Amino acid sequence: MTVRYSALSLLREGLNGQRGWEPAWRDASPKARYDAVVIGGGGHGLATAYYLAKNHGLTNVALIERGWIGGGNTGRNTTIIRSNYFYPETAQFFEFALKLYEGLSRDLNYNIMFSQRGMWMLGHDRHGLEMLRRSANAMRLNGIDAELHDGDAVRAHIPGLNGTPRFPILGGLNQPRGGSARHDAVAWGYARAASALGVDIIQNCEVTDFLIEGGQVRGVETSLGTIRSETIGMAVAGHSGVLAAKAGVRLPISSYALQAFVSEPVKPCLDTVILSPATGTYLSQSDKGELVIGAGLDLYLSYAQRGNLPWMERAAAGVIELFPAFSRMRFLRQWAGIVDVVHDSTPIIGKTNLGGFYVNCGWGTGGFKAIPAGGWCLAHAMATGEPHSLASAFTLDRFRTGALIDEASASGIAH
Amino acid sequence: MLLINCPNCGPRPEIEFRCGGESHIERPGPHGEVTDEAWSDYLFYRSNPKAEHRERWVHAGGCRRWFNLVRDTVTHRITAVYPMGEAGPAEAAR
Repeated sequence: MTVRYSALSLLREGLNGQRGWEPAWRDASPKARYDAVVIGGGGHGLATAYYLAKNHGLTNVALIERGWIGGGNTGRNTTIIRSNYFYPETAQFFEFALKLYEGLSRDLNYNIMFSQRGMWMLGHDRHGLEMLRRSANAMRLNGIDAELHDGDAVRAHIPGLNGTPRFPILGGLNQPRGGSARHDAVAWGYARAASALGVDIIQNCEVTDFLIEGGQVRGVETSLGTIRSETIGMAVAGHSGVLAAKAGVRLPISSYALQAFVSEPVKPCLDTVILSPATGTYLSQSDKGELVIGAGLDLYLSYAQRGNLPWMERAAAGVIELFPAFSRMRFLRQWAGIVDVVHDSTPIIGKTNLGGFYVNCGWGTGGFKAIPAGGWCLAHAMATGEPHSLASAFTLDRFRTGALIDEASASGIAH
Repeated sequence: MLLINCPNCGPRPEIEFRCGGESHIERPGPHGEVTDEAWSDYLFYRSNPKAEHRERWVHAGGCRRWFNLVRDTVTHRITAVYPMGEAGPAEAAR
């Protein structure tokens, strides 16, 4: 049986009729008791399970997922990875995630197709340029690569930009190590690596209630029966508020639908990632050739996993303003994910007021880029009971003390 | 696309409106007596239900008046529209 992926095993299986491949992960049934349980089989949950086993030696771990792994926001985002944040706490955290991504294919023995093709933020007016300059300075102070370019350099780097735009491109901020990865591969790679270390990955298993005794969590009731554990981590993005309420924990989260689209596939025409806040455009091209387009939040609460038409139109208009040549391309698919927005757009990772119950949430519109670090820090909190030094400021308590890390305004996160 | 029945202007598409978030949030007071917990609750914590939700909307591209409505956050079905200052219909069980 072939377990490890390599050029040699590919060749051997090719000659052998592809009959020796193992399933990438074991489809497990729940045991009655685990040392730790992770709820949510998205990127953050799977990464948490993997790092519990790898970094902390906890292998009697279950990961339970209501649907199928990677079927929520991990499969619905625009797959962009970057670390262009402003405050030291968040910049260090997201930079750590980026660095883990850089070594992830090798670490997991699974090609996540991380392509560091650069990530451009465009400035369309004097004030936009000032914000870019401020952002570039902050990134460099935090030790993160950032390049500020004028309009001519932007047009030289990015072919096909509108020659007579309504919103002129005066400059751009490039993070050369930013880029995109294959989102499904991140989920599958973590699942495979976690399963190989002994983690039970249990799909189609919905948490219906929590077992609580004396302020300490004792387990969960699920659609597949009772699972006991004194340590439970939750990484369920937009459904964090609903699920935490079953544990009697309140979270300062609002859930919104965030839309994305892909066009029909075309030959390679865009070799970088573009974010233009002024035109509401977030654009890249996937390896399959589809243009991947992100829109803004539908600004009313939603758990519907589908977006509204006005935002679809606005996103398309932004793309055409930047790239008139794309005007005749057709949308292939449209969808939405339910994102967990907190007021300062900084995540919450760590303990709650319920003993043994840890959360990983508050990612808002940008959780994918943080997956390795989010899993790393939640695993640390679950295994040791203490916050990881990278996430020590990302407490739930900051909403009471007022020690917010306001990336919502500092790094110009649009929502 | 939501079709919102403005109490003043009648049914109009959602692009004419802006949502102002959860209704019936009251500022605690007097200020010197408000605990950190109560203030945090007022500023940051919302019900965020996967169910019917009471929320304020303003007809920004029309009469520019505020009103309340009850909308399901999964189906987006709007079951009631009522004026500011009124309690509205009894909440559906969650």
